[in-house]
Amino acid sequence: MLFDIIQYGFMQRALISAIAISIICSIVGLFLVLKRHSLFGDALAHVTFGGIALGLFIGVYPLWTAYIVAILSAVGVNKLRESTKIPPDSSIAVLLTSGLAIGIILINISGGFTVNLFSILFGNILLVSNDDVIIILITDAIVIPVIYLFYKKLILITFDEKQAIVSGLNVTWINTLFIILASITIIASIRLVGVLLISSLIVIPNITALMLGKGFKKTIFISCAISIISVVFGIVISYYLDLAPSGTMVLIMISIFLVTIIAKNMKFTLNKVLVTKN
Amino acid sequence: MDDISFTVDKGDFLGIIGPNGAGKTTLFQCMLGIINDFRGEINLFGSEIRQNKKTLQRVGYVPQKKSVEQTFPATVKEIVSLGMIGKKINKEAIYNAIKFVELDAYGDKRIGELSEGQQQRVIIAKALVKDPDLLILDEPTTGIDSATQEKFYDLLKKLNKDKRITIVWSSHDMNAVERLANKVACIDRKLFFHGESGDFFGNDERMKSYVEFAMQSHMNLHFRTPDDGNNNLEKS
Repeated sequence: MLFDIIQYGFMQRALISAIAISIICSIVGLFLVLKRHSLFGDALAHVTFGGIALGLFIGVYPLWTAYIVAILSAVGVNKLRESTKIPPDSSIAVLLTSGLAIGIILINISGGFTVNLFSILFGNILLVSNDDVIIILITDAIVIPVIYLFYKKLILITFDEKQAIVSGLNVTWINTLFIILASITIIASIRLVGVLLISSLIVIPNITALMLGKGFKKTIFISCAISIISVVFGIVISYYLDLAPSGTMVLIMISIFLVTIIAKNMKFTLNKVLVTKN
Repeated sequence: MDDISFTVDKGDFLGIIGPNGAGKTTLFQCMLGIINDFRGEINLFGSEIRQNKKTLQRVGYVPQKKSVEQTFPATVKEIVSLGMIGKKINKEAIYNAIKFVELDAYGDKRIGELSEGQQQRVIIAKALVKDPDLLILDEPTTGIDSATQEKFYDLLKKLNKDKRITIVWSSHDMNAVERLANKVACIDRKLFFHGESGDFFGNDERMKSYVEFAMQSHMNLHFRTPDDGNNNLEKS
């Protein structure tokens, strides 16, 4: 089944892009989830929506305005969080709603755009072009090595920022770098699941992996595996059943998550019964 | 905080005591370069901390106990190895640090799966793995049961005596400070006493006046106007 559809160029582009996106979303997402910034990806995606709308409104290639707006907003919100007492979830809410509001206003005053807003909001991986694939692969080529270089430092900052300062790390600088990496990851991922479902790629594979993995590296590998399985099967199933690819991928991720919870609970109950019997 | 000045000599085991809100954690955060907005100077191994943060490489820090979430995926080995950031990873040093805190059977466990006392020992192992000259511990045993506390104190004694690590440690446990520390600093936003442990604990009059001083400081704090609330710290 997979070998039949892989003959098509659009399907090859879709699978390569989806796998590349799922890897970086899992890696970046694990740090976001552990820092309790799960919805940061969602907020950034909404800002990206505003950035795309801005690009279309002023007649600039929307991806560039999306990058600029998302990175500036992400760094700005991070500064806001560090320099004020605003709780992280509230600053994320400000980011999310302002991005969407800007997008809506720009669409409203321009009388609507010719681009398919539906694919920005819900994604459509089957429509990726060769240029999109190249941008996604370049994003992987930036994000993965930089995370690898700062891997231990990011773990320490995630574990305890104060201890990271005492270890001589420039925490503000590394956090800013990470936020920029998260921003470019989110923008690259919008093609796959769209603005509205982006947090699923960030959160679901990681919370599932956190139930299974022992150790940071193993957790990242498990999360990547769950994500890759979900997007590949999501694309294939949606093609044959004529379903929306983004929704299908997310439902597969949620199914894996639910099965994991049930299996963990069954294992726990079984262990309890065995202990009681002994 | 105001008018705080003392020195710590190599090999000292300094116990810092003071009531809640006395400024112990603030003092440590200034000493460690976490808080930089203060007047006066703090010299660490001969350099002012804000001018030269590289000296922090010689410092191990154990913060106030915070429970780690059970799902945090890092294993004990991974957490301890974070103490070697900036240095070449030495697996033997990691193993030795874990063994020293008697957690060698737990190396591959997630830190979140351990008890709070064990988690605190992991943080000590992380601090020890870089072979520090100075270990700063901020109320490390708060909320830990007394049997585990005793084990923890034995460990600190071993570090100070066997490894010759200088220790600066804040605690509410006056009995433990009296037993372990060779020097004591009593603070309550000001320095009340700094000197040999015996000179403080062996002097009933001094201990009585410290209690009065601490109570007086708290009364002043409660009646202080917002304009008086400057956050000065001086230390040399």
